[in-house]
Parts: sequence; C-alpha cells; structure tokens
Amino acid sequence: MTTSTVLAAAGSVSTGEAVTFWILAPLALIGGIGMVAARNAVHSALWLVLTMLCLGVFYVLQAGPFIGMVQIIVYTGAIMMLFLFVLMLVGRDSTDSLIETLRGQRVAAIVLGLGFAGLVGTGLYQALDRTNTVGLEQVNAEGNVQGIARLLFTKYVFAFELTSALLITAAVGAMVLAHVERRKQDKIDQVSTMKARFAPGNYPGPKPGPGVFATSSSVATPARLPDGRLTDRSTPAILPQRELTAEETSLKGTDK
Amino acid sequence: MSPLLAQDPTLADFGRDPWWLVLGKIVFAFAFGLLATLLGVWFERRVVGYMQVRPGPNQVGPFGLLQTLADGLKMAFKEDILPKAADKVVYFFAPTISVICAVTALSVVPFGPMVSIFGHHTPLQVTDVPVAVLLLLACSSMGVYGIVLGGWASGSTYPLLGGLRSSAQMISYEVAMGLSIVAVFMTAGTMSTSGIVAAQGDGTQLTVFGQTIPAPGWYAILLLPSFIIFFIATVGETNRAPFDLPEAESELVAGFMTEYSSLKFALFMLSEYVAMVTMSAVTTTLFLGGWRAPWPITIWEGANSGWWPMLWFFGKVIALVFVFVWLRGTLPRLRYDQFMRLGWKVLLPINLVWILVLSGLRSIEDWDTRGKVIAVGIPAGILLIATIFWPSRRPKPKPTTQEQVDNRPHGSFPLPPMDLQVPPSPRITRVVAEREPANIVAGSDSREV
Repeated sequence: MTTSTVLAAAGSVSTGEAVTFWILAPLALIGGIGMVAARNAVHSALWLVLTMLCLGVFYVLQAGPFIGMVQIIVYTGAIMMLFLFVLMLVGRDSTDSLIETLRGQRVAAIVLGLGFAGLVGTGLYQALDRTNTVGLEQVNAEGNVQGIARLLFTKYVFAFELTSALLITAAVGAMVLAHVERRKQDKIDQVSTMKARFAPGNYPGPKPGPGVFATSSSVATPARLPDGRLTDRSTPAILPQRELTAEETSLKGTDK
Repeated sequence: MSPLLAQDPTLADFGRDPWWLVLGKIVFAFAFGLLATLLGVWFERRVVGYMQVRPGPNQVGPFGLLQTLADGLKMAFKEDILPKAADKVVYFFAPTISVICAVTALSVVPFGPMVSIFGHHTPLQVTDVPVAVLLLLACSSMGVYGIVLGGWASGSTYPLLGGLRSSAQMISYEVAMGLSIVAVFMTAGTMSTSGIVAAQGDGTQLTVFGQTIPAPGWYAILLLPSFIIFFIATVGETNRAPFDLPEAESELVAGFMTEYSSLKFALFMLSEYVAMVTMSAVTTTLFLGGWRAPWPITIWEGANSGWWPMLWFFGKVIALVFVFVWLRGTLPRLRYDQFMRLGWKVLLPINLVWILVLSGLRSIEDWDTRGKVIAVGIPAGILLIATIFWPSRRPKPKPTTQEQVDNRPHGSFPLPPMDLQVPPSPRITRVVAEREPANIVAGSDSREV
C-alpha cells in the first residue's frame, strides 16, 4: 500500500478508497443538510466546515493531494474562519426566524431542490457511467504539484493572471470603500490642542454650567458670569433661550 | 557521501510497513507529543525560574520532574464546570479539535533516517506525502478552530474577545508563514518533509563568477530572511508570548479558556505545548537540516545513519523550545494593533520582496557570467542610485521655546520668563540638628536629650 497506489484512483477502486468514501460521503451529506437545517448561524458554518473537510479528503483520494490540502487550508482554514469571525461579531443568540414570509415557500424550495439534485445526479450518472477515465497516470507522472504548476503557468497563465487581477481589484475596492483615511492635518495632537485652547479669543476655562448665578435652574436659562452678564456658552445651541420675568420668578402664593 | 545519502528515505519508502510497525510509529509520535508536554511544562517553568532568579518547581520527583504529572492528575479530579450560557456540544468539541490538530501535525515530521526495526528497513517517520508541508499548514489552520470555537461556545465576553483575536491573528500570521515556506519549496523543489531534509543534506554548489563555492545546506543560513520570518510567525501561530494576545491575562483574564476547567482546560494546555513542540520540530525540519547532524559532528562518518540522528533532532527541537521560553521570559506582550501591523506591514512585504529576489536569482542561475553580472548589477545599481538620490524628508528644526513664546499672537496669556529661577523662600529657615552627644551619667536626667 504505497502512497502512489493509495492515491492513484484510475480505473479500479481500491478497498481503502471505497471504505473512506463510504464513511465520509454520508458525513459530507449530513454536513450539507445540517448547514441548511441548523438555526444558529455558527452551527451552520460548522456543518459546512465538516462538508468541506470531507471534500478535501475526497480530492486527496482522487489523486489530487495538492488541491485537497489547498481546499482545507484556504477554504476551511481561512475563508470559513473569516465567516466565523463575522458571525461571532453578530452575536451568538441571533437565530433564524422560522416564520414564512411567502406561503408555501419552504415546501416549494424542498421540492425544487430535490428535483434539481435528482436532475443533476441522474445527468452525471448517465454521462459518466460508462466513461473510462484515462490519462491520470500521465497527468501525475512528474508529480501532482508539478503537473498543476505546468498547466497553470503555461496553458492557463492568462486566465490565472486575470483571476488574480480580479481578486486584487475586489480587495482594493473593498479597502477603498471601507477604509476612512484621516488626513495628517486632521489629526490633532495634544500640543496643538493645548495651543488652540490658550489662543487669544478662546476662553480656556471650562464652560459655566447652566443655571450658575441664574434666576432659574433650567437648562434653558443661560448662566451669569461673575460680572453679571449672561453667557451663551452655558446653554446648548438647540435650546431657545429664556430669561424668566420677575413675575414668573416671584412666589405664586400657593403655600400659605 | 554516498553511503550517507542512501540513508535518506524517498517517498517510495513510505507505505511499505506492516501494520504493527505503523501502529508503533503512530503510538511513538503520540507519546512523543504527550511526553514533550509533560517535560516541556517543567522545562519552561525551570528555565523561566532560572531567568527570574528563583528555583522553579523542584519538589515533586527528581529536580521537580514530576510536577507536571502531579498537576495533570490534580486537574483531572477537579470539577468540570459547564457555564449555563455555553453551547454544550461546541464547548465540548473545541479542546479536542485543538489537540487533534496539534498531534496530527507530528505524523509527517521526520524523526530520523532509514533504520532497521526487527528486520524491517523503514524511515523514522509515520508517513510522508508529496504535500506534507501543506498538511502541516492545514493542521495549524484547523487548530485555530479549537480556540475560536472554545471562545465562542463559552457564552461569555472575555472568551469571545479572545476567540476573535485569535482568529484574526492566526489568519494574518499564517500568510507570513506560508510565504516563508514558499522560499523553502523553491529551493528544495519538493513539498515532502523527508525530501526537504534530504535537500538540506548535500551542500548545493553555488557558482559565483566562475568559482564554485560549496554553500551550506541548512536553509536557516541559505534563506535567512525566510527563517526569521517563519520563526516569528510560528510564535504568533502557537499563541506564545510575546504574541499570546488571545489569552492575555492582563486584558482578558485567560482569553478563550476563561470558562474552561478540569480536563477540558488540560486539553487546551496540552494542545498549546504540543503545538509548540510540533512547530519547533517543523522549523527544525524545514530550516535546520532536520535530523542531520550539525557541522562538527559530521566529521564522524556514521553521524547521519542509524538511530543517532534522532538525538540530533531532539537536540535541535529542545534548543528551539528553549528559544520559545527565552522569548517568553524576555519580551513584554505586544499591543494588538502593533502586533497586526508587524504581521501585515513588516513581515509580509519583506517576505514578498525576498521571494522576488530569490526567484530572480534562481532564474538567472543557468546564464553565463556576463548575463549574471548584468542581471544582478542593473537592479542593484538602480537601487543604489535610488537610495542615494532619494529626496530626504528632513524635518524642519523645531523652534526653540523662546522663539515659540515670541511668535505667539497678540493678546495671548501672559507667561513668566522661560529662564525663571525660583529663589528660595525666605520663610524656610534651615534647621540643623544640633545636639551634644548623650552623656549617660547619673544625675543628668534633667537635661533634655
């Protein structure tokens, strides 16, 4: 049972491969169903992780160790982790609501989904049932990684570079949209804050509280400065200013 | 050299063992992980103790060797607390994911060359695949799930923050780590761990300007920038100080494992130490020549054959674990934003430039001397000229305090002179104790002493 015989899947199916498949295939299916059925978003993501791991092992079984490992590292390790990151930020108690907004939507979705799966399954089965797989040994002759690299950097190099340009554009676009760069002159350090505070024309002390030396304790009543003037700085700008008249401030005579 | 090279296992040597040998190797690797944890905790506490001038654990067993065992037994008998808000299933599985991933990585680490076990000629390595290093990366990236899920499932704030930190941290540092391995792949031409060790065995012949120089084999020397970045990323990946932000005890109590107790906590502990040892072993394999003997020992012919290489391997691993402990004993923890900046803005660009330079050097390897000189000289010259003539942004000299005071607008607050000397207050009189020496004689009681 050398590594090559485990991996080479052309033509015949070895016992080890069959056993692994029949263990992992149900698990992958359960993961898929669980992902749809789970109400908690994080559980959903975890079911998907299970499916992705199974798929990774399948790739390895199908003589594609590189794509299998990359599937696990990139999709399971990085992308699903980013999903989890966002889901965790959303909060752990948020679950899906089960109220149907469209009547009969769920039944229709199940029926259509099963129909689509059946269609694709039978189609693939019909198409691939009597197909002889050829050329796996030749493709993997100089090693799986080397084979992929040769194709990627010769025949498909344009598509490869185009994809990478697309991804870069998307990443840079997301950065530009989401990142707010503060200009250098907008950043105020402690020294310049202090200088602005003590610049002539600015009163460096704290603002007087509303109602200080005033005739009323209302927030709308401006404070009086020690020299008796009223000051606007003590009242919020949105409030109408009101100085009470002598009649209003005098006792109402309700208490005998 | 040829009898030594014959000791190198190739990919074809794997998968030929009888089942009992495979089982034995797996048990050995697993036991190695567990034993390394037991001794590693003791080693760390002793070394940190030595660095902090205190003895460390020295009571249980000889030199305190059994302290970790005693702690482990105690931990197993403690109450296992399940928080009310916890997500029970995920809470249970999180530590196991961590441990499984940390231990699985040991399966592709080569402990030694081909040896003979009960008549079977077999490599001292559980298994090897053409993409073994990717398997290591996959294990470390899956190990994050244990921490993140543990933090999430605890249903409490501090663990959640620890989990969030760890997911961002691991993804960032995995990028730097993967890029430094790229340089190893490019130089070794293979991704299998045994192949990389074999590639470090024979010193490649570098032809520089017509002269053949035997280059050192270890990638730590050949690819020094990759080695440094890889090791830094390793520290970040294993959550060790100074990058132990997911469990920063001064900020997050214990981070992702705040709510864990008893055996589940022990599993997290175990996974952390196994990961540290595994990462040391991986660093040894990728950069320090694996199980190959270092230079002075290689003078002895049989240094790289038989069971001896296991000794060199363990020696290198212990040295790296010592560096981990040393870092913990020396460096303060980074702030989180500084840590992320280091990963994305320092390690990543340096790595990319280094890979570009390396691939450039490798692609001109087959050229003639004149072509090489032109290919290296022109970029180097441009770089040199750019460095010399780069417009320097020398900051304007800061105005002196007196100039700043003079330049203040009219109507500013009055200021005292800047060179004001505060004279001593005349009210403070200098009190000097004047006292005669006490003369203890009879009848001198009336005198004030």
